[in-house]
Amino acid sequence: MSRLSKYTPRTVKRGPDGEILKTSAMIASIAGADQKTAPAPFGEALVKLAAKNDRIVGLTADLSKYTDLHVFAKAYPDRFYQMGMAEAVLMSAAAGMAREGFQAWATTYAVFASRRAYDFICMAIAEENLDVKIVCALPGLTTGYGPSHQATEDLAIFRGLPNMTIIDPCDAEDISQIVPVISAHKGPVYMRLLRGQVPLVLDEYGYKFELGKAKMIRGGHDVLIMSTGLMTMRALEAAKALEKDKIDVAVLHVPTIKPLDVETISREAAKTGRMVVVAENHTIVGGLGEAVAGVLMRGNIRPPAFHQIALPDEFLDAGALPTLHDRYGISTGAVARQLKGWLG
Amino acid sequence: MAVATFIDRAIPMTSHPSNVSLEQRAWRIRRNALRMGEVQGQGYIAQALGVADVLAVSYFHALRFRPKEPEWEGRDRYLLSIGHYAIALYAALIEAGILPEDEIETYGGDDSRMPMSGMAAYTPGMEITGGSLGHGLGIAVGMALGLKRKTSGSFVFNLMSDGELDEGSTWEAAMAASSHKLDNLICVIDVNNMQADGPSTLVSNFEPLQPKWEAFGFFTQRVNGNDIPGLVKAFDAAKAHQGPQPRAIICDTKMAKGIPFLEARERNHFLRVEADEWSKALAILDAEKPQ
Ligand SMILES: Cc1ncc(C[n+]2csc(CCOP(=O)(O)OP(=O)(O)O)c2C)c(N)n1
Ligand SMILES: [Mg+2]
Repeated sequence: MSRLSKYTPRTVKRGPDGEILKTSAMIASIAGADQKTAPAPFGEALVKLAAKNDRIVGLTADLSKYTDLHVFAKAYPDRFYQMGMAEAVLMSAAAGMAREGFQAWATTYAVFASRRAYDFICMAIAEENLDVKIVCALPGLTTGYGPSHQATEDLAIFRGLPNMTIIDPCDAEDISQIVPVISAHKGPVYMRLLRGQVPLVLDEYGYKFELGKAKMIRGGHDVLIMSTGLMTMRALEAAKALEKDKIDVAVLHVPTIKPLDVETISREAAKTGRMVVVAENHTIVGGLGEAVAGVLMRGNIRPPAFHQIALPDEFLDAGALPTLHDRYGISTGAVARQLKGWLG
Repeated sequence: MAVATFIDRAIPMTSHPSNVSLEQRAWRIRRNALRMGEVQGQGYIAQALGVADVLAVSYFHALRFRPKEPEWEGRDRYLLSIGHYAIALYAALIEAGILPEDEIETYGGDDSRMPMSGMAAYTPGMEITGGSLGHGLGIAVGMALGLKRKTSGSFVFNLMSDGELDEGSTWEAAMAASSHKLDNLICVIDVNNMQADGPSTLVSNFEPLQPKWEAFGFFTQRVNGNDIPGLVKAFDAAKAHQGPQPRAIICDTKMAKGIPFLEARERNHFLRVEADEWSKALAILDAEKPQ
């Protein structure tokens, strides 16, 4: 995306009613205006779990309020550790707590875990296969704040890390179910977090999260979307919108990025006649799309067409979140437009 | 290595008509910031009000720059390590004539030159890209080394926050700065005792600060960051100091300084201000306009 030069003067941009168009603040929700939501599903689920498991401790790097860990901190102040805005020691200390037998839940933003603290996660946590759950807000493009807060490559970074389980939940329902399941799994987990008022979508589909499993959310004959994270919500919305065009879209939700559910992905992609589209809130490099492409190539599975809906290999713009989702092709409208284009 | 033209520190600063007092500069910086805050209805406005005096003294007393030539080789570099303070720096850059006042209402909007977080590619006068905290001092070390290689007389200022004192990268850079005897580096630390999760000293106790910076080899002063005469003295002393060492000015500031009802707000790291309260805040400021 070519940006205007910083020496080009600008004028005020106004919306249809003359109002000044606002950027999404950092606290912006990805929920639509009249979408069903649930508050702080991660914090609530962790508190519930902590009541039954006194080995659970919570650590953060000056972001408890912005990762919903403040809910846990309030319920269990003596099991909450404020590490200061110091992501390196956050991860090292989480490793140390895990070595002493505690299950450490460490929270920050996805950019800071994946970029600043990577070596500490790699060597102190993953190499030792320690029981640390790294839970990170602002995954992919979920803030208009600019590249410093847009974790567009976190999945690519962590996919390369042995031992690490990687989860990208779709909604509040997903998060509530995931928290106890990954707690029961002994070992390091990286979970992308949606925080604040989180959309509630999957509760209407009789969905059940299973670690390492992809789940068919809806069937369809023309297109198979394999999606992860909030893109499953977008895929479902787009599928609904395309019904009126008599386009029949199936949606396979892939919340576990690693280990990947090779069996389900292969089986569904092998069903004849359906174009395969992988959708993710992540750069086109190194995320679910390329992981699925590898599975299909290795399995000698050839769908009639294969496409990716993903963020471009660029540093993204700052601005209002809806503008940016549209600009980079991950809004519901943009998903539907791309599908129609590929179907011809 | 090509050595650029020697730049004498004595070149008179070309930018500021001296008939405007530093108090008036600070007042206008606060006013610009409030107007930008009003556009978005929320933001890092308490930081801007708190650091306005530091910025006034920085830009209109200490710094050499040319408003119409933001990349002038002879300028002092002023790094905003704290990207979220961008609203404060924009307010100062507008007052300095580097950004036009009539773009205030684009603040934070799509394709604005003044995004919520400071980024070098977007804004004239924004030296580095912030947002991820704890970067400024390290970059300042490299720029100070580079300026010395070019035999330049320019200073590098790094404006950072007390939250950044938590980051290891800050202390790595501090050690490098004194190890390399960077007497052209001035680190300005805004200690507003606030971070995302609450008061800094509760988030991670970094005191005692002055002996800490001294132990890291800095010529260190600690001043009331809302006292303009005190700041002037501190900046003068930092520039004039003869020791072969980097300099730190620790500035204790008050969040939301100048607007009592905002000062009183607890946890004002990210302020939401009701629509009608902006005009209240502006009215309070206008009533206090310095002569
Ligand atoms: C490396 C990094 N970690 C975390 C954050 C998220 N964050 C943004 S502002 C902030 C508070 C930092 O303290 P300070 O700058 O003193 O806050 P303020 O005075 O503005 O309240 C945090 C943790 C960040 N931007 N960068
Ligand atoms: Mg602070």
